[in-house]
Amino acid sequence: MLLNQFLLLSAFLFGTGIYGVLTRKHAVLVLMSIELMLAAVNINLVAFGAFQGDEVAVVGQVFALFVLTIAAAEVGVGLAIVLLIYRNLHSADLDDVDSMKG
Amino acid sequence: MLAADIQVAQTAVFWILAIPMALSAIGVVTTKNVVHAALYLVVVLAGGAGQFILLGQEFVAWVQVLVYIGAVIVLFLFGIMLTRAPMHPKESLDNDLRWPGMVVAVFLVGVLGALLIDTFGDDKIELTAPTRTDEVTNEIFRTYIIPFEVVGILLLGALIGAVVLARKD
Repeated sequence: MLLNQFLLLSAFLFGTGIYGVLTRKHAVLVLMSIELMLAAVNINLVAFGAFQGDEVAVVGQVFALFVLTIAAAEVGVGLAIVLLIYRNLHSADLDDVDSMKG
Repeated sequence: MLAADIQVAQTAVFWILAIPMALSAIGVVTTKNVVHAALYLVVVLAGGAGQFILLGQEFVAWVQVLVYIGAVIVLFLFGIMLTRAPMHPKESLDNDLRWPGMVVAVFLVGVLGALLIDTFGDDKIELTAPTRTDEVTNEIFRTYIIPFEVVGILLLGALIGAVVLARKD
């Protein structure tokens, strides 16, 4: 297997996630796009670990596990914030969150 | 079996996993149904877990299945239900940044892809035996014990923060 096939797949997933973050209006969909980007980063870490061989393969995995943990925490807090926005504005549409707009 | 045969089989499995992943990723960011987006995300993450197994790193693959597909997607579905997201929306779920967003994404993937091809060219992953789980846990509890504890505190903070934010008072 080439290292590049994993890296290019992950770059594609990351780019798709960026597109989703920029274009989606619904807050939950934006969070999903962020998850897409984090999953892409994980593939990168694990592929580099496997590429470097035994010792480093474990380190790649450990970092991927840390990323997974942070992603879970981020989704929990993110969805709580989205719920709060929904409760206050009766909409989870990010274009409606414009009270800071000059 | 010859090493060359194994290489061919691994590459075939990679593409069998990668093509549905790429198509589902596009589905996540383009579908009009919010629940479908969550289900497309399941396909992407399960494909990612398959890639980890292909790379011989089973523990992180099963953690991905448990944490992402088991917990995070369920959280997303709860979020979709609680915010009463439209299942059959009349209007688009995208804002009017679709073309600038497309330009940014294509530019990013283009630059990243060119850099990666230039840097890593034909570098091959030589797979040895799969990593055993005890090696991973040894690494976490020896070298990375302090980051591990910090992540524990972070999760506690996130838990309390989410409860405080979401409760009604």
